[in-house]
Amino acid sequence: MRHPSSFVVAVFGLLALWPAIASAYGVDLVAKIMIYALLALSLELLVGSTGLVCFGQAAFFGIGAYAALLLAPADGSAPSLLWSLASAVVLAGAYALAVGALSLRTQGVYFIMVTLAFSQMAYYVVHDTPLGGGTDGIYMYVKPALGWIDLDQPMHLYGFIWFSLLAGYVFLTQLLRSPFGRALAGIRVNEQRMKATGFSTYPYKLAAFTLSGAIAGWSGYLFAIKDGFVNPELLSWHLSGAVLVMIILGGLGHMRGALIGAFAFALLQELFQSEAVFGSYAKHWHLGLGLAIMACVAFMPHGLVALPQQFRERLSGRAPSKHTEEDAA
Amino acid sequence: MDFATFLIQCLNAMQYGLLLFLVASGLTLIFGIMGVINLAHGSFYMIGAYMAYALAPVVGAAFGGEFFSTMVAGLVLSVILGYVLEWAFFSYLYEREHLQQVLMTYGLILVFEELRSLMVGDDVHGVTVPPFLNGTLQLNELMTYPVYRLFISGVCLLLAVAMWFVFTRTRLGMMIRAGTANREMVQSLGIDITLLYRIVFAIGVALAVFAGMIAAPVSSVYPNMGNAVLIICFVVVVIGGIGSIKGALVAALLIGIVDTFGKVLVPQAAGVLVYVLMALILLWRPNGLFKD
Repeated sequence: MRHPSSFVVAVFGLLALWPAIASAYGVDLVAKIMIYALLALSLELLVGSTGLVCFGQAAFFGIGAYAALLLAPADGSAPSLLWSLASAVVLAGAYALAVGALSLRTQGVYFIMVTLAFSQMAYYVVHDTPLGGGTDGIYMYVKPALGWIDLDQPMHLYGFIWFSLLAGYVFLTQLLRSPFGRALAGIRVNEQRMKATGFSTYPYKLAAFTLSGAIAGWSGYLFAIKDGFVNPELLSWHLSGAVLVMIILGGLGHMRGALIGAFAFALLQELFQSEAVFGSYAKHWHLGLGLAIMACVAFMPHGLVALPQQFRERLSGRAPSKHTEEDAA
Repeated sequence: MDFATFLIQCLNAMQYGLLLFLVASGLTLIFGIMGVINLAHGSFYMIGAYMAYALAPVVGAAFGGEFFSTMVAGLVLSVILGYVLEWAFFSYLYEREHLQQVLMTYGLILVFEELRSLMVGDDVHGVTVPPFLNGTLQLNELMTYPVYRLFISGVCLLLAVAMWFVFTRTRLGMMIRAGTANREMVQSLGIDITLLYRIVFAIGVALAVFAGMIAAPVSSVYPNMGNAVLIICFVVVVIGGIGSIKGALVAALLIGIVDTFGKVLVPQAAGVLVYVLMALILLWRPNGLFKD
């Protein structure tokens, strides 16, 4: 992509105009995808930018979602958007801090499995205890509000989700350009060398992990408010796996790859589920999705984000080059 | 808990642990030797269970003597399946990064599940225990124990011993161990590493399929049964240390004990115990129990 920033501006512009042209179903679908995109961004900070493969992102997402409901006022009045969002983000971030502090002692595949273990612990706490309504989950009757913003109205909700995604994207891209972000990139490329140059890498990784968990909590909070319902499946490893698939599909090492991946994954899912296209085979949509994912990896080893470059290289007849490490945003 | 109950739980723990070991040993071999994170390994277990259900009438009609001929037919099919899959698909994954392997094999899980749904449907099925293993063992006046579960443990133990023998006492085992340690060196010594990989992969698939087949009468056969097993098997592999068969055996038995006794003693926390165990072990030994 020659002008990544203009591409991202165009995407956010289109998303802002979307409710004006789409049906109610389309608006709801895109709102859901934007929430997953924010979750994918949070994971991209760990996997793509720092090189830490976390397989437990759903726990932070779920904690944010449950916090939205459990911390609502007992008298049934509308919670303050500011306070309930802040507490959801802080709770998810606090769990991420605890998980990160312990699991960052391990590396590689072991790190993947420890983060899975901690997310499964959170899953079983909400699944097997009456704390969050058990397997039945809980419903939200009054949605948060702040001043003139009333998230009970679909347009306000859509706008707030759009704003959250934009804020998350801008924050993370700016963060990666800061000295802190460059340190994370250094850890990804060669942690030993970072240590040798005098960086204590552990606090950097822990800060990235905590931040990632907090943003994932934010996206979970949005999800709970959009659906007005939470259940333990929000914390299940299936979701952690799906988000990982999204960012790999989009292309690692790029924040916009997480956006593209989330949209590609959800839209592929919609396509293969559509009875208009596949008729009676729509019920077996996993088959198409699975084959599409495999084809994507086989033919686009650097993800969807590298597709234009791959295409240009094919046209100009140059040998395909490795994607540059520096193209971080 | 009186002695008979304790004994029953011990036997259950051993049977569950040994079954996990069969699936996990293939996973740890493929992981340790070829460096492939194979998320589709649980699907082989699922395929095995469905084979026990779907093949039994077909094989029984053709050869008679349902149980053993089904086992043999399933094993032959699974070795072929593993060999072909390695040749057609997995051999292209070795060069790729771990995360791409994860994505590819994740796609493969979805494909296997849907093919299963197209071919056999989404219903839950039971598989009958063969008549000659259908008895129970009298432990005291009240408690009995099904012979079939003992049979499972026995067969798994036999296979574990066979694997130990192949690994430590045969030329193939030596090559496999050398392949885990340093694949370039093995190649430069003139060993056909492509063939070695293919054999190891086929063995791994056959072990998982066999575990699925033998477990089918106890666990019944249901959609997505592979996914639950997959995650637990990764736990086993990681606790034991990647690539270590001995580690997989110890970890599988440990998990069998913790899970079985957890369900009896603290039923409200049973699900979480296994993961607490894994987290504690990895915080104590970040590379698993038997990784040097």
